[in-house]
Amino acid sequence: MSPLQFLADLANPGLAFLPKALTIATLAAVMCGVVGCYVVLRGMAFIGDAVAHAVFPGLAIAFLFSGSLVVGGTVAGIVTALLVTVFAQNRRLKEDSVIGIFFVAAFALGIVVISRAPGYAGSLQQFLFGSITGIPDRDLYVVGGTTIAVLLAVFLLHKEFVAVTLDREMARALGLRVFWLDLVLYVLVTLAVVMAVQTIGNILVLALLVTPAATARLLTDRLPVMMVLAPLIGAGGATVGLYVSWSWDFPVGGTIVLTLTAAFLLAHVTAPRHGLLARLTA
Amino acid sequence: MSAALEMTDVAADLGGRPVLRDVNLRVGAGELVALLGPNGAGKTTLLRAALGLVPLRQGRVSVAGSAPGYVPQRHEFTWDFPASVEDTVLSGLVRRIGLFRRPRAGHWEAVWDALDRVHLNELRKRPVGELSGGQRQRVLLARALVLSPPVLLLDEPFTGLDMPSQETLTALFADLARDRAVVMATHDLAAAAYTCDRLILLNRTVIADGPAAELRDPGAWMRTFDVGPGSHLLKLVGA
Repeated sequence: MSPLQFLADLANPGLAFLPKALTIATLAAVMCGVVGCYVVLRGMAFIGDAVAHAVFPGLAIAFLFSGSLVVGGTVAGIVTALLVTVFAQNRRLKEDSVIGIFFVAAFALGIVVISRAPGYAGSLQQFLFGSITGIPDRDLYVVGGTTIAVLLAVFLLHKEFVAVTLDREMARALGLRVFWLDLVLYVLVTLAVVMAVQTIGNILVLALLVTPAATARLLTDRLPVMMVLAPLIGAGGATVGLYVSWSWDFPVGGTIVLTLTAAFLLAHVTAPRHGLLARLTA
Repeated sequence: MSAALEMTDVAADLGGRPVLRDVNLRVGAGELVALLGPNGAGKTTLLRAALGLVPLRQGRVSVAGSAPGYVPQRHEFTWDFPASVEDTVLSGLVRRIGLFRRPRAGHWEAVWDALDRVHLNELRKRPVGELSGGQRQRVLLARALVLSPPVLLLDEPFTGLDMPSQETLTALFADLARDRAVVMATHDLAAAAYTCDRLILLNRTVIADGPAAELRDPGAWMRTFDVGPGSHLLKLVGA
């Protein structure tokens, strides 16, 4: 299918779910790209994975009671982020163990809950691997509003997040509330993940969080540039991925992830200063 | 002499284990003081107690100014972060700039002044990951200086640095100590004895405190470092 045909399909009123899916995937990719920069630079990809899995019971409960998936996922993700932040203050246990406990527990809870729902297998697959159909109009406003809120929070708290990432002890000595900043960051990660879960799926959403930011990191040594590049790469990957998936009837989540992975590999080879080519020719 | 940093009967624990007991010390403006002791003697804990990062079991810490400047061990910092030298120094001002606010011209001037003091202004746009060990130490120093603190705490600033870098830093510290109190935890006994106005021997508590020339009692050094009378450490410090 030519890109022109794809544009025609986007404008086709009979296929109204398509532009909706594209909008949501793109906005979610923008959020994940921006928040993902902190995730990548702090080496907290595992937290991102945890939050992504932890939203699952919330989605399952919302699904079972026909509530808003977005609200259910957000609540579950935030509760898990809170539990991890609190339990990780105990120095006897390393943070990754705490995360390992809670995210699998949350995921297990989700599985048990959704097994109560009629049409168990089909809805499970939709949650895990994403889908572009069945998105209510209401979600467009929720995702749009959340995008603005997340970007605003990042804009307002950027220098604090940077200070905590650079040197936690120093941030604490300067009087920053490190615990609260961690918590806010986890909540932002959760929001970005939940918005992405519907189209891309629970398991694959980590790619949206990590891959564009990691790709951007390869391309620049300047954080402001990285934080502009990452959402652009994410949104580009979401658009191209959706186009490819629509044209060849591939699953949308998997196609978006593979598109982003291709971009990452391309950057790894051709990045201006640290890429393979630059190193070989230097 | 009014003390810029004073600790009175300080005791502190770490993970339920007693680390510091009955620590008493005073450091005045204009003094460069070395904090000496073996690993696990509580040097870092003492500095962190002065910063208010360690809860005190008992005793009192008083510090001139709002908070001491702190230069942590170099490995505490995330050097692979995509930040320039000036961004890093600016992060020392994060509280002064204020929540939800962006840096203004005055803040950048403070950053450049601090970089001038450590002779790094020409590298201010460079990513911190590309700096040498000595330059990294000076960036951390500038970050501490950007708030013009009357007390400066340095945790093992010489570790892993070559001689020229160490000498550049030593000269800097001596210069900075002219109008403030500088306390430096270090394992470099010879350099400390040569450059510092005073040495504090610490092992859980202050075992001796005075100018290098007055610390001739081998017993104090032996107790601090847990070495025997034949140790070459005693010859090194001239005890």
